[in-house]
Amino acid sequence: MILPIDLIVLVLVIVSAVAAITVKDLLSASVMLGAYSFLLCLLWTVMGAVDVAFTEATVGAGVSTVFCVSAIFHTTRRTKD
Amino acid sequence: MELIETVKHMFLFIAAKANYWTYVILLMVGLYAMIAKNNLVKKIVGMTIFQTAVILFYVSIGYKKDASIPIVMHGSGHGHAADAAIRAADYINPLPHVLMLTAIVVGVATLGVALALAIKVYKEYGSLEEDEIHKQLRSR
Repeated sequence: MILPIDLIVLVLVIVSAVAAITVKDLLSASVMLGAYSFLLCLLWTVMGAVDVAFTEATVGAGVSTVFCVSAIFHTTRRTKD
Repeated sequence: MELIETVKHMFLFIAAKANYWTYVILLMVGLYAMIAKNNLVKKIVGMTIFQTAVILFYVSIGYKKDASIPIVMHGSGHGHAADAAIRAADYINPLPHVLMLTAIVVGVATLGVALALAIKVYKEYGSLEEDEIHKQLRSR
């Protein structure tokens, strides 16, 4: 683990998690969740867990973003909080 | 000078366990979203953040300093019994990784079921906001 890369990625992970729950639009929230998953994928790679990293990239970031976007397509993207 | 030393010590104290601090912060962010947010999709996003925080905790447990990724370097067997000695300290512990591989897949399945239920709730009540759903339930 390279400590500077690890610290930068950890800060970006926290920022994108907070952005995903504070943004006032559900489509933006799900896109931020996808960015959060890709940053976690980077974090697993830094920590040497390569198998977890590519599972996170395909299943966590890819499929769950598609799920969220299709659910919002079937409902609404407006939210109060 | 003393203040700078104190700040430096504090930074090193936090940075040495940065993964675990991040784990706690992400756990709290997810829990806050699940409890305090009014929108159902926001609650589901919080649940996903909570799950990934637990995965971060487990992968951090398996990490070792100065260790390689868990793939045996020169292979094993093929008659070289003397070369086949493998030092466990040279490899990151792969057991938490394998457990968390399952947890990621289960997490996506949970997300799919939760979003399907949210779609059904929206078709029934015409809203994803929890307070409006409660209002409609009370007026029935």
